[in-house]
Amino acid sequence: MTIVDFTPVSAAIGGVCIGASAALLLALNGKIAGMSGMVARLFTGTVGDRIWRAVFLLGLLAGAAITFAAWDPSKVFRPDAMGFASEHRWAVLVVAGLLVGFGTRLGGGCTSGHGVCGMAAGSRRSVVAVLVFMAAGAAVVYFYRHVALAQIG
Amino acid sequence: MSKLWFAFLPGLLFGIGLALSGMTDPAKVVNFLDFTGTWDPSLALVMGGALVTFAIGRRLVLRRRAPILGGSFPRAVNHRIDARLVIGSALFGAGWGLAGFCPGPAVANLAAGHLEALAFVAAMVVGMRGAQLVFGLDRA
Repeated sequence: MTIVDFTPVSAAIGGVCIGASAALLLALNGKIAGMSGMVARLFTGTVGDRIWRAVFLLGLLAGAAITFAAWDPSKVFRPDAMGFASEHRWAVLVVAGLLVGFGTRLGGGCTSGHGVCGMAAGSRRSVVAVLVFMAAGAAVVYFYRHVALAQIG
Repeated sequence: MSKLWFAFLPGLLFGIGLALSGMTDPAKVVNFLDFTGTWDPSLALVMGGALVTFAIGRRLVLRRRAPILGGSFPRAVNHRIDARLVIGSALFGAGWGLAGFCPGPAVANLAAGHLEALAFVAAMVVGMRGAQLVFGLDRA
């Protein structure tokens, strides 16, 4: 194991912003800042519910855009980390998107809903979700980086 | 109705946090999951920083009887562990490891106009709608 690209300061500051955002949303609106639910529930629920979710996501896009514009290092974007040949890239992205979309709805949350909000509230459900999705993610990465690629050479 | 616009502020802070944290770079996420290879521990600090901040903030907020803009706080914490939770989380984790995107960072990347993020988010929405229709989830 080699440690690479570790950015502890920006990671911790970013994390505190995310946690503060979740606390602010709870304080103002009594809502949980789970991003998979935020996107998925744009399509269900009352009109008022859909509007505030859309407004939250517009804020998220604005915040990301400001940060990308102001701070160059955060523009780093390396989608080729998956290590697949470039001709398979789009197929892999679509399959991954379908899995993430379907899985987060079935499991009721993602890294923000279960990983931050649920675990901070002491939910055993969220702890199990995080252990399972981290293990599954690590298994997939292990397979394509250390088994599949090693065989192809 | 105008109160709904206060959702913009937490959204803005969330977007700043995601972009600052570096989690919008798929390689940082995939490297975090690559424990036996090139490991980047940054994600643990993002999640830890967010978790501690929200745990403290939540305790303070829940001293109130109701949210500032009205309505009510979420019902009791859900501890239910079932097959849907485990299978759904396993599928999510597999997709997360494949592309290095989870929902928040994928949406944030739309602000940078990355076509990879657009393709991923489009497929993600299809997957979400599929799960909602098949399992009758998220009905109001």
